[in-house]
Amino acid sequence: MTVHESQEEELAAQFAQWRQYVQRRPELQKSDADELEDHLRGCVDELVVAGLSADEAFLVAVKRMGSLDELSREFAREHSERLWKQLVLTGETDGIGGSVPDKRARWDLWVMIGCAVGAAISIKVPELFGVAWEQSTPFYAANFSLFGLPWLAAYLGWRRQIRGPLIGIPVALFALGAVAANAYHPTGSSQMVVITSIHLPIALWFVVGLAYVARDWRSSRRRMDFIRFTGEWFVYLVLIALGGGVLVAFMFGTFNAIGVNPETFVIRWLIPCGVMGAIIVAGWLVEAKQSVVENIAPVLTRLFTPLFTAVLLAFLIAVVWSSAGIDVERQALILFDLLLVVVLGLLLYSISARDPLAPPGLFDKLQLALVVSALAIDVLVLFEITGRISGYGTTPNRAVALGENVILLVNLAWSAWLLLAFALRRTRFAKLERWQTGYLPVYAAWAWVVVLAFPPLFNYA
Amino acid sequence: MKVTKDLVAASATPMVLGILAEGESYGYAILRRINELSGGELDWTEGLLYPLLHRLERLGYVEASWQAAKGERRRKYYRITDQGRTELAEQRRQWDTVVDALKKLGQGLADRGAMTVIPLEGKA
Repeated sequence: MTVHESQEEELAAQFAQWRQYVQRRPELQKSDADELEDHLRGCVDELVVAGLSADEAFLVAVKRMGSLDELSREFAREHSERLWKQLVLTGETDGIGGSVPDKRARWDLWVMIGCAVGAAISIKVPELFGVAWEQSTPFYAANFSLFGLPWLAAYLGWRRQIRGPLIGIPVALFALGAVAANAYHPTGSSQMVVITSIHLPIALWFVVGLAYVARDWRSSRRRMDFIRFTGEWFVYLVLIALGGGVLVAFMFGTFNAIGVNPETFVIRWLIPCGVMGAIIVAGWLVEAKQSVVENIAPVLTRLFTPLFTAVLLAFLIAVVWSSAGIDVERQALILFDLLLVVVLGLLLYSISARDPLAPPGLFDKLQLALVVSALAIDVLVLFEITGRISGYGTTPNRAVALGENVILLVNLAWSAWLLLAFALRRTRFAKLERWQTGYLPVYAAWAWVVVLAFPPLFNYA
Repeated sequence: MKVTKDLVAASATPMVLGILAEGESYGYAILRRINELSGGELDWTEGLLYPLLHRLERLGYVEASWQAAKGERRRKYYRITDQGRTELAEQRRQWDTVVDALKKLGQGLADRGAMTVIPLEGKA
């Protein structure tokens, strides 16, 4: 009897293992696994009756079924749709990672919806206190990131099951951000409002990053994951925004056709609440899809790195050939800051998708060319500006733009050096990766400095 | 002698529908029945049977449901539908046509074979 029982147990373990192999195939779903398991058991039973021991019978039955490769190929012919990986909206673990336990996975969707609704409601709360949407543009410009990002951080924190001080720190930082955005009472048209509404979202995004990396905030790998998350989140947000635009256009068209003007509803409710909800939904999509869909940001960088390199090189040649100095007007520094951000983004997202162990290739050299030409342009611009900045005097805008330029320049200069060393096979690629992830706190610190220290520094100009 | 893969695939649908016309059944039993009917000459694999069953289900020729018969495991049983019966009749008719034609041809061949064999023998 005990021999029989232990055999049964062993057989159950073997079946469980076999099921694991089967369920790893995207072509074979849970019901197929059930059906095939029943088939296998039928075969085993028959062989046992014929006189084989349980594990012998199992081996023979599995062998008879043939290789899983062939089996799943046949299934794929009938169920080709399964090869297009679908996002399961019901939150079943079938196909999605499987790292989250079942019960949490089922809750995941609801927590996300809760957070999205929370964010959508949050942006309407100030109106209860008389801060009208249309009349208080400076208030909403400075504060809009405070309505959505805490909810995104909360959702990520829930997923990571963060505890103790890890909850306290983000909460404190969000509170600090709220104080910074409102305590200085920036008046209507000041430069400070613009600066705050650009830098507070960046500062708070790094707080979201804290919730994302949770306990592993020191780990370079986790920080790189956050960079990937950021890129994918942005791509999804843009896609949702496109869909939202279509929705709004149809709403205007159809309601106008029956003589109802939906303008008030769209501008005061649909757009602000939709944007806030989209922030969380995009985050959820990235989390849910990270193992289901290939990342798109690295694909875009692959596509645009050669194009940007060509444009920058052409620009450099044009500058030298026409020997015209760069006309550094008011917006120029910001434009070239943005250029550096784009170049850094291209660099960052191709790093994020690269196999760190692969040897240097043509694409790495292309990147080196991209970074070096961006640096050369930036040096030209800085050269022009330093000559004039004393003449103009220092404004908050100029100080911020200059500071950002220096930060990006340092990063890209060292990246170029590392890329060169890597192309010459003097260093490993991982160094470049670590340099980028190690540099992240610099951006965060700078954004917080701008948000917190600049208004007092410039006497709330 | 083993029946070639192409022929097995071509005859698969009427075979499965025919077996299900005898009464509802499940995957393993269908495979055993085919073995029994052909004396082991028809080489069916699971990779042929299950996707085929799913296709017939999608086309509406069979219905499937998970059931547990008394004292047995829960199994996915397949049952033929009226549409499936119509399809089976149609496929049978087509097969009969093919088999009839082949038979006539075989007859002809055999006749001609007999005719050509004689002179050969005559020469020898």
